[in-house]
Amino acid sequence: MSKFKKNNTTVPEVSTASLPDIVFMLLFFFMTVTVMKDDNLNVSNELPNASEIKKLEKKDRVITIHVGRPNDRLVPVLGKEPRIQLGDKFAHLSEIGPYVLSRLTSMPEALRPYAVISLKVDRKTHMGLIKDIKQELRTVGALKVNYTTYEGDVFQNLE
Amino acid sequence: MGKRTQIPTVNAGSMADIAFLLLIFFLVTTTIETDAGIDRKLPRENTDPIAIEYKRKNLFPVWVDGEGRLLVKNERIDLKELRSMAISFIDNGGADPNHPDYCDYCMGLRDQTSSDSPSKAIITINTQRETEYGVYIAVQNELVGAYTELRNREANRLYHRNYTDMEEQYQNGQTSLLVKAELKKNIRYLRDLYPLNIVEPQQ
Repeated sequence: MSKFKKNNTTVPEVSTASLPDIVFMLLFFFMTVTVMKDDNLNVSNELPNASEIKKLEKKDRVITIHVGRPNDRLVPVLGKEPRIQLGDKFAHLSEIGPYVLSRLTSMPEALRPYAVISLKVDRKTHMGLIKDIKQELRTVGALKVNYTTYEGDVFQNLE
Repeated sequence: MGKRTQIPTVNAGSMADIAFLLLIFFLVTTTIETDAGIDRKLPRENTDPIAIEYKRKNLFPVWVDGEGRLLVKNERIDLKELRSMAISFIDNGGADPNHPDYCDYCMGLRDQTSSDSPSKAIITINTQRETEYGVYIAVQNELVGAYTELRNREANRLYHRNYTDMEEQYQNGQTSLLVKAELKKNIRYLRDLYPLNIVEPQQ
């Protein structure tokens, strides 16, 4: 009994010495997985789901074209009709060809044959515009296309 | 003499705060990029499109209307049925056993009114301008999935592994060149067995 009485009843403090280590570990994780945003999206871009997808491994050979309804804050000015966004600007259909070619020329020559056009299209867009875009891409000979999607169940696209 | 000069230790108590600050910065700026999708190759531009005659039985036309309804071989179907219908069409192998088109690895019904062989079988996707992109992607996905399933089956039979695994290993940067060359040959062979014939005719 006396042995217990001698004991100090205050709970010892938890050592926080290892806290920096844990936080650093998390920090390094996020630092390595982070991809910095390079262009601001002015269009709504809810991609469709698909399951038979392939990864776009190398970023340096990807040319991205965004298509979708203008953002909510731009709707009063631009309306709800889907628009094409190249880089960080809205563009007309006829600007796709020159844009792709200029992006191709800024690429190292060895990579040009492997250039892929990543089409990031909102799922609510109508196919008419997509057909026109594909026609534009064909005229400049950019034939490798990746319909960029989220990974998921395709049947959700129908809702 | 006996005095020891003690080096003062740097107080590391604020280290956690600094690290937290950085952590929060990276947490906020991180966007997990979606960089995966369905790879397709567009046809080359030709100034005067050629109308090529195909036997009607070798065609598998998929029509998608503005409301996202599917019409296959003049029948309204559900998207869930599309994959199995496409597989039975591609894998039918209806050609005569003495004919050069005869497909000895096909496991289909050998129906005379359906496709002759996988290389002859052509799937067409016809969409309207009003069709939603999401539906189009779903149709593309199911059709590509049908081909992948068939290629997987043949890959399992010939090389005892999945076609998708082979492709993944081929894409992997750590695979040695020797293995890659072998894989490339096998992948080519599988692609020749079931060539991806999905076309979008122009109206």
